[in-house]
Amino acid sequence: MKPAPFDYSGAVSAADACRRLVAADGAAKILAGGQSLGPMLNLRLARPSQLVDLSRAGDLRGVTDEGDTLLYGAALRHAEFEDGDVIDATPGWLAAIARGIAYRAVRNRGTIGGSLAHADPAADWVVTLTALGAEVVIAGAAGARTLPMTSFIQGPLATALEPGDVLTGIRLRKRRPGARWGYWKFTQKAGEFAKASAAVLIDPQRGETRIVVGAIERAPIVLDDPQAVLADPQTILPLLQRLTAPNPPATLALHAAAVRRACLAATASTDEDMPS
Amino acid sequence: MDDNMNLAPAPTQSAQGVGASALRLEDGRHLTGRGRFVADIKLAGMLDVAFVRSPLAHARIGAISKPENGRDDVFVAADLVGVKGIQADSGLPGFRSSVQPILAETKVRHVGEAIAACLAPSRARAEDLADQVVVDLEELPAVHEMTTARHADMPLVHEHWDENVFLETAVDTGFEAGVAGAAAVVKRTYRTSRQCMAPMEGRGVVATWDNQAEQLVVYTATQMPHIVRTGLCECLGLDHAQVRVIPPDVGGGFGYKGILSSEEVFVAWAAMTLRRPVRWIEDRREHLTGNANCREHHYEITGYAAADGTLLAVDCEAIVDSGAYSIYPFSACLEAAQVASILPGPYRMAGYRCRTWSVATNKPAILPYRGVARTGVCFAMELMMDALASELGMEAHEIRAKNLVPPQAMPFTNITGKYFDSGDYPEALRRAVEAIDVPAVRARQKAGERIGVGFSIFCEQGAHGTSVYAGWGIPMVPGAEQASARLTPDGGLELRVGVQSHGQSLETTLAQIAHEELGVAIARVRLVHGDTALTPYSTGTWGSRCAVMAGGAVAAATARLGERIRTIAGHLLQVPAGEIVFADGMARTVNGQGEVSLAEIGRLWYLGPQHLPAGAELAGLEVTEAYKPARDTGTFSYACHAVVVSVDEETGAVRLLDYVIVEDAGVMINPMVVDGQVLGGAAQGIGTALYEEMAFDVSGQPMAATFADYHLPGAAEIPAIRIHHMESPSPLTRYGQKGIGESGAIGPPAAIANAVNDALSDLGARVGELPIKPERVLRALAERKGQVA
Repeated sequence: MKPAPFDYSGAVSAADACRRLVAADGAAKILAGGQSLGPMLNLRLARPSQLVDLSRAGDLRGVTDEGDTLLYGAALRHAEFEDGDVIDATPGWLAAIARGIAYRAVRNRGTIGGSLAHADPAADWVVTLTALGAEVVIAGAAGARTLPMTSFIQGPLATALEPGDVLTGIRLRKRRPGARWGYWKFTQKAGEFAKASAAVLIDPQRGETRIVVGAIERAPIVLDDPQAVLADPQTILPLLQRLTAPNPPATLALHAAAVRRACLAATASTDEDMPS
Repeated sequence: MDDNMNLAPAPTQSAQGVGASALRLEDGRHLTGRGRFVADIKLAGMLDVAFVRSPLAHARIGAISKPENGRDDVFVAADLVGVKGIQADSGLPGFRSSVQPILAETKVRHVGEAIAACLAPSRARAEDLADQVVVDLEELPAVHEMTTARHADMPLVHEHWDENVFLETAVDTGFEAGVAGAAAVVKRTYRTSRQCMAPMEGRGVVATWDNQAEQLVVYTATQMPHIVRTGLCECLGLDHAQVRVIPPDVGGGFGYKGILSSEEVFVAWAAMTLRRPVRWIEDRREHLTGNANCREHHYEITGYAAADGTLLAVDCEAIVDSGAYSIYPFSACLEAAQVASILPGPYRMAGYRCRTWSVATNKPAILPYRGVARTGVCFAMELMMDALASELGMEAHEIRAKNLVPPQAMPFTNITGKYFDSGDYPEALRRAVEAIDVPAVRARQKAGERIGVGFSIFCEQGAHGTSVYAGWGIPMVPGAEQASARLTPDGGLELRVGVQSHGQSLETTLAQIAHEELGVAIARVRLVHGDTALTPYSTGTWGSRCAVMAGGAVAAATARLGERIRTIAGHLLQVPAGEIVFADGMARTVNGQGEVSLAEIGRLWYLGPQHLPAGAELAGLEVTEAYKPARDTGTFSYACHAVVVSVDEETGAVRLLDYVIVEDAGVMINPMVVDGQVLGGAAQGIGTALYEEMAFDVSGQPMAATFADYHLPGAAEIPAIRIHHMESPSPLTRYGQKGIGESGAIGPPAAIANAVNDALSDLGARVGELPIKPERVLRALAERKGQVA
């Protein structure tokens, strides 16, 4: 279980990473933490001829306060959110999400941008950042562009990234006390990928309400009428049956339970309950 | 009897002798990362091996093409001239023989079977080479399911057989008479899943040819170095003098390292042939995809009870999925033979009938995993007992109390001829019932909590000897165990045993026994174990046998050494030898008025023999003794597991809320080590109960390749287990100790399943298949709803 031979290079900036990707002409892969790519390399399922490591790209490892929003560098690690090493745009929600990702050893290395670029439908950031209405910033040959999460994640392990693109940042609106959040996922054991997950945002000040269903073999589902589900959480099961028909009933029931519990977590919470 | 709560050490006369919770001598190096495992061994010029393994479960092998650039570094079956495959036949009538080739010859019979071996200066380069080997495989239909393996339309795993069955057995002891008057009859089907043993350290072997000794030296992660040596000699056609096996630190075995592996044979052959050090270190993919090799049983069991709950008879048909080959030395029939002989558990009954089939499938060869068949047997028997209780409207513990062998009947010979040496089974149950607080659970259930309580009780035969194994006619029958004890010139003690510690703390517990006999501080006791050049022959570490067998042998050797030391001390102190006692590294007169150190006695014997009494020169301070218990039918430790679970109806999730184990290991050599064994085993049992499953599809493909898909329990999944000890001495053993190493892994699946079924009882749903994954709980609930609707 050793990788096929590859060259390694470290990028010093996002622009440098882009240059290296272009120079390798499609044969290079970004190494953004390696917690998914590493096993794929070892199993020889991924055989890039070159890895471009982002861990030393300083401009991908900071946070920029843009006033109403914060821009997080894509190479920030889960543990840095968990430990409060970076400012939290929310009342502690990001730290709580990070704390629930896999195991500490994974969180020490894995990055928020790497997780999004890998686009596993069960990944915590993929689901929660969709619910938080995040935007991603992408640097590419044609310059920088910004996409909402709903456009960025296109399916299981599929994103809007083009060859030569580097995901550089994640932009989040600041959330004030008064906003409500619920995230619930089902894992049989600590640290495994979720079998069902759902995230709920209720932000009265901004007039945003969002319910996202994750861990289904497709891009996260953003419900059209979240208020209706919040008003009667039992309606979620028939709704999911319509939206994801091919799934077996027991699977759908589990996803429905995840939505109901995330709704409950959001609606039952108070400012005091919120992690700080 | 002593009731120690949790991890409190037992009271002891000496802080280091039998009964002391002495800190482990091996911890220093392990806690600081200085242990030396096979993968830590680096020899100059060493080559790494990567195997080309079969991607198919059943296929005929056509042409194999070696890469141009590695023609001399790639080996296939045809290159292994004169090498014999691994054969382990049982002498039982009707046993069908298999030969496991070192590299597959005409067919592959399971995914992961080695077809070619590639050698290179690093594993990565060896894998590059393996990538370039092209094997033509013609896929054959696979035998993937034990319950259909005997069907006439199934392909044959071994073409010279008439049926995919290694061995079929039948036993009937008064069954027809026994069932008379049954008021309750329950018939159930139960099933356990195939698992990977997943020791922290996988298999690994480094072999090199020693020109001076004209000997193959094989460093291997094994539980049984002497058996590996014998097996290597058979496969390679060598004399024992030409092979030395040395296990370095071994990071867990659980049965996984209780075999001669084909990789060991290949690496040894390659080192001998190439005259270069060669190494193979198993990786997790090899372990998961090619070595899911334990626990897969299927039971159809019927219980018969009288109206008052008296168990009358048990009838069972059991299938064991034995995989593709019979493994050396335990063979393909050990597991099913155990099923038939231990299914009755700790209960009395009048009638018993059991048929077993060890079926061959296109899966890795089954190996005895910690507890061997007992985990499955306990699951089948204990779920059936709950079913009977439910049928009769009794509490689960009431029906058990009614049928357990009572203490006044000990020693007791049960319906299959097992000789229970000692113990109070009903008391263990009583303590578990009390500790888990059944009324409190019933009250919470009434209040609407979806929780349940479950029990399992079982006994574990350990250290079973010649009379037990002789009947099976397998390549290895254990006899007496030997140990050597040597007093060094500075008063230290060296012990040599042929068993191999792979995590059992033998360096500590055997030193404690030596301390008990000779009063030498355990820090001055050096255990030399495993190395076949330095230790007496032994069948190794398996079957919960070391505390009894190696412990007894060390006691015998140190006692004999003590007699010789007493003779010298008595002469020096001018008292009869019988008046010498040992303590604190000294030989003292009984009246305490004279003493001489063991260091002085050692110095005199080796360097100052002119001071010795007549004859002492010829009674050396190095002794080898052999030991067997008073009977070799084994010790019977026993335990009752009690658990409270919650079940989430929406998700199917099962959580362990409380867990109690009442355990009787006889006299504990080191209570803390016993707790470690019980807790570690229980963690594995929880894995069997809730998490671990290697599913195979209809083509025989294993469905997990990494730990992301094969779920082991982690620290977060193991509750704070409360252990209560009883100590019923075995009348058969040196100190009254019993084998305990496997016990913890036996009880959890049955107790947890019974608790889940208790939690679901008002819904009429029940589980009977392991592991109890959420989807199985949901399916059980859905089926019940379907029936209701």
